[in-house]
Amino acid sequence: MTEALKELGAYIELKRPDCVRAWDVTHDELNIDVTPSNIVGFTEFLKLDQTCRFSTLVDMTAVDYPDRPKRFDVVYHFLSMYQNQRIRLRLSIREEDMVPSIVEVHPSANWFEREVFDMFGILFSGHPDLRRILTDYGFRGYPLRKDFPTTGYTEARYDEVEKRVVYEPVSLVQEYRQFDFMSPWEGAEYILPGDEKKEGAQ
Amino acid sequence: MMDGSKFDDGSTDALSGEQKIRNFNINFGPQHPAAHGVLRLVLELDGEIVERCDPHIGLLHRGTEKLMESRTYLQNLPYFDRLDYVAPMNQEHAWCLAIEKLCGVEIPRRASLIRVLYSEIGRVLNHLLNVTTQAMDVGALTPPLWGFEEREKLMVFYERACGARLHAAYFRPGGVHQDLPPALLDDIETWAHEFPKVLDDLDGLLTENRIFKQRNVDIGIVTEKDILDWGFSGVMVRGSGLAWDLRRAQPYECYDEFEFQIPVGKNGDCFDRYLCRMEEMRQSTSIILQAIEKLRAPEGQGDVLARGKLTPPKRGEMKQSMEALIHHFKLYTEGFHVPEGEVYAAVEAPKGEFGVYLVADGTNKPYRAKLRAPGYLHLQAMDHIAGGHQLADVAAIIGTMDVVFGEIDR
Repeated sequence: MTEALKELGAYIELKRPDCVRAWDVTHDELNIDVTPSNIVGFTEFLKLDQTCRFSTLVDMTAVDYPDRPKRFDVVYHFLSMYQNQRIRLRLSIREEDMVPSIVEVHPSANWFEREVFDMFGILFSGHPDLRRILTDYGFRGYPLRKDFPTTGYTEARYDEVEKRVVYEPVSLVQEYRQFDFMSPWEGAEYILPGDEKKEGAQ
Repeated sequence: MMDGSKFDDGSTDALSGEQKIRNFNINFGPQHPAAHGVLRLVLELDGEIVERCDPHIGLLHRGTEKLMESRTYLQNLPYFDRLDYVAPMNQEHAWCLAIEKLCGVEIPRRASLIRVLYSEIGRVLNHLLNVTTQAMDVGALTPPLWGFEEREKLMVFYERACGARLHAAYFRPGGVHQDLPPALLDDIETWAHEFPKVLDDLDGLLTENRIFKQRNVDIGIVTEKDILDWGFSGVMVRGSGLAWDLRRAQPYECYDEFEFQIPVGKNGDCFDRYLCRMEEMRQSTSIILQAIEKLRAPEGQGDVLARGKLTPPKRGEMKQSMEALIHHFKLYTEGFHVPEGEVYAAVEAPKGEFGVYLVADGTNKPYRAKLRAPGYLHLQAMDHIAGGHQLADVAAIIGTMDVVFGEIDR
């Protein structure tokens, strides 16, 4: 399996050297890092090339790495039902970058791109209908970014007086229960109160 | 304006003198029994013909993926029961496979067999619900009553294995939570011998039923091009004649040792998908019987957990060994650490390919987990498939697409 994937990776790099930045096979999966600007042409090549025939878009998502200058990874998974192979494409972009939409090549990317926009705020150029999809009508913020709090910013309830649902800022009755179970012997980066060493004793 | 009150306002076209008729917009759901959950469809109708169909989803969005980022791998497992709550264990399976793939853990044979057994029970659970409620959407009342009786029996098997009828949390990374008692295997076997009779009864009610056929034959036809364009999987593919099944094409667990056929349809319409699901239930019943046979064989005996860092020590050991006790405590508080990397693991869930894309950063919590739900893509194609059909067919099409909002909205 790994051999076949390596062969495939080398073949793709040979055919489209302008798109492929790097590729590797880990955990029996073929990963290809691609350049954002060529993504449309590259997916079309993967779809139509007889050796590849990655004609099904299985999944599409993004991963947020706030510490990197290129903050987001957009990840595509493709499947070839004919060759029985899978492939993963990754492209890194800055927060303000736009990614070309692949809806023209894979209509199924429509909702996936809407979801990525909804959750991460990544814009797709050329998307026919880039609306929010999973969050509430009128929702603000991008929930799956690492700097978005798990509780969110607003909460909704039905108001008996106004006879409608009202939105209010979140008020937590108690601190959000986020326990730290990491072992204090293995790389804890904090010092518990009372455990501080005296000056000079270190 | 959009409520149809000015549907026919008596205005006429200045040039031709013909009466002007505007298209009709209706809201289907979110509280409609045929919407199978909280689906809101905005339909544009020309008379009774659907011109445009815009599904509004997200009414059941619970932010599962966000929640998972702040919980340990083991704490995340029960979230998978709450995705497709019709066949909970199949989802857990994908999560366990993803973790095991990253950690490189081999699970014991007995655990593998139990997983296959319960995945197939899940498949029957799902198809029973789907086939019978779809029949209800098109006017048959008896099938759901008969089907739910069988579902009830299956949920008792769930309960006897893990203590919960629905939210099982039974498959664990490294195996399954507990071993099955022999009496349970006997009862599942008895059920599996009786179940084909019930299927025959359902078959008799529906397959040659005039009304059922009028509502389903040639409705919602899916072609090979649609399958590729819209990323279909599962019965939506097999109903159109492509024998694509992950259990056969990319075998996981020990599916490669089981004998089963993959039913395929011919026309790709709602009726063929119904027939596929009926036949898949028969095939699953046969897999269940084979799994029981293998579980009873001497090779099928042994532990159900790959004992190691991923799984708790045995109870008896904990009474003797301090290390085992510490291990148990640390496992259920800190949780286990998964090596850095990213994997995609997929299972053939009853509805199609359910996948998990897991990005691990070496800590005890997933850095990012993306759940790939088959229903998400099926529902997306609603506009494409339902366009040009009658309004009443929309219910039939939603029914055979097998959408469940737990997994679509996540």
